[in-house]
Amino acid sequence: MSLKKHILDLRKRKEQVEKGGGDRAIEKQAAMGKMTARERILALVDKDSFTEYDLFVEHTARDFGMEKKQLHGDGVIIGTGTVYGAPICIFAQDFTVAGGSLGLMHARKITKIMDHALKMRVPLIGINDSGGARIQEGVNSLAGYGEIFYRNTLASGVIPQLSVILGPCAGGAVYSPALTDFVFVVENISKMFITGPGVIESVLGEKISMEDLGGARVHAETTGNAHFFSNSEAECFEQIKKLITFIPWNNDKKAKAFPPKPPKFKGKIEDIIPSDPKTPYDVRDVIKAIVDDSDFFEIQDLWAANIVIGFGRLNGETVGFVANQPLVLAGVLDCDSSDKAARFIRYCDAFNIPIITLEDMPGYLPGVDQEHAGVIRHGAKVLYAYSEATVPKVTVILRKAYGGGYIAMNSRHLGADFMFAWPMAEIAVMGPEGAANIIFKKEIDEAEDKDAMRALKVEEYKEKFANPYVAAAKGYIDSVIEPSETRALLLHAIEVSANKDDHRPAKKHGIPPF
Amino acid sequence: MSTKNTEGLVDFAILSMKYKTKLTKKFENRVKYEAPNPDNILSYIPGTICEVFVKEGQKVQEGESLLILEAMKMRNQITMPRDGKVKSIKVSQGDRIPKNHLMVVIE
Repeated sequence: MSLKKHILDLRKRKEQVEKGGGDRAIEKQAAMGKMTARERILALVDKDSFTEYDLFVEHTARDFGMEKKQLHGDGVIIGTGTVYGAPICIFAQDFTVAGGSLGLMHARKITKIMDHALKMRVPLIGINDSGGARIQEGVNSLAGYGEIFYRNTLASGVIPQLSVILGPCAGGAVYSPALTDFVFVVENISKMFITGPGVIESVLGEKISMEDLGGARVHAETTGNAHFFSNSEAECFEQIKKLITFIPWNNDKKAKAFPPKPPKFKGKIEDIIPSDPKTPYDVRDVIKAIVDDSDFFEIQDLWAANIVIGFGRLNGETVGFVANQPLVLAGVLDCDSSDKAARFIRYCDAFNIPIITLEDMPGYLPGVDQEHAGVIRHGAKVLYAYSEATVPKVTVILRKAYGGGYIAMNSRHLGADFMFAWPMAEIAVMGPEGAANIIFKKEIDEAEDKDAMRALKVEEYKEKFANPYVAAAKGYIDSVIEPSETRALLLHAIEVSANKDDHRPAKKHGIPPF
Repeated sequence: MSTKNTEGLVDFAILSMKYKTKLTKKFENRVKYEAPNPDNILSYIPGTICEVFVKEGQKVQEGESLLILEAMKMRNQITMPRDGKVKSIKVSQGDRIPKNHLMVVIE
């Protein structure tokens, strides 16, 4: 063959394989409202940046008639590309090829690109759209999943790992996304569960639709498995791209700095917060009043909404926010909100992202269900995560900091580098009413007008303790600040801590209360 | 949600302070705690009743098998927790029952 013929032959082979499962399968995929694996990758990465590997890989199964079947690319596309210039490794399961089922070579392709990402120290994006294990390949499929989980774990905290669920992701397959840092789901498309509706009905007689069992909304709202929810694949890709701009390529680097911008918010920050500690407000308005361009990128906004987490920029640099949300459950800590905050704190710490904590919380959620669900163990994760973190840690107490919540929300005692409090902050072992009822029980019980006496004692307690100055007098708070100074002081704190060097005792790893 | 949106705000008490706030679905749907009644024998796992060995009114000693609850391919013996009498049996052979389903009442 002449060189030209060789090239034409290559083109023909490529064209054939790039069709995946063929026209009919592609039509079916479109009918389900889904893009193909290749379309997804091309929609996500920068134009002309995608380079594919292992296009010509074929499966090796020789049983159950598999020897006669050709599965293009063995049902998965892998390669490298860039997202806003950031290099990434990516794989996308191709549902049009044998339902995206995972066999030995399919798994080998995925682990190959994972190894590559880890070696090159670049983010890994996995697009999941698979019917599950390829039954014909038996234990080889299981081996494949295990090898993926192992690499997810090795890469954890070294490179960012993003999982995008754009189809079914069931049984063992769900554990790879669960091991990664961020999971993206799309309404009506994503389905995640360990055992499907069929099995559940046959074993338990419980009828449930796939959507209600493990649809996008379930994981974004109820289980907390998903971090980002969207209504379309296009919207989902925008979220992924935006996330990539906020995070570093690996744990040796800092996130890319952007040109500093002032917040768009033009009012007075103190006007956002009602002075009565019992009246709610949306703490996201406070964050937006502080961050560059008022651009706050919230994570897990639908789950455990009593705590708010997400990224923003201060003077162009990425910071992570952890903020109690008085608008939901008065901003209490409970099992779910503790899990949500603790994991995010550990993410920020692993990837050199300073943590800003905005505190306004009445304590832990009381209830038998909470105690029996293990609020002790879950709550302990927050203490662990904050104490363990060595990135710059800044706290601003906006209003209430009562009891265990005061300690948990990145207090000085857990190693905060900067502790600021607004002048209306109430830092106390509990709210004035509760405290007065205990301290002045005798006086209140013996008074003729108990309510009047209680009110008097509550006032007395408030005056004496429900303020930031008792804590400031001990140096637990570094400065009591005017709300309007908040952004300037946060910028300053981040600037001063640029070379923070904080070491923990050498160990293999700690044992956080998982 | 914004600060102006006061829809869905309710009173919410924590340590004798009453806050105005919104509730989550999970919080609203939480199951109220009830103290367990030691006379009620409940299923600890969903499954199928394979066999029932006792009759209503029968005296049974601690440790004797009352019935078999098959679940996850295991035949689980449900035994008498203490010496007593079977007051009523709420399931019969072949029933598929959920978790925490009342199977037998003893006295």
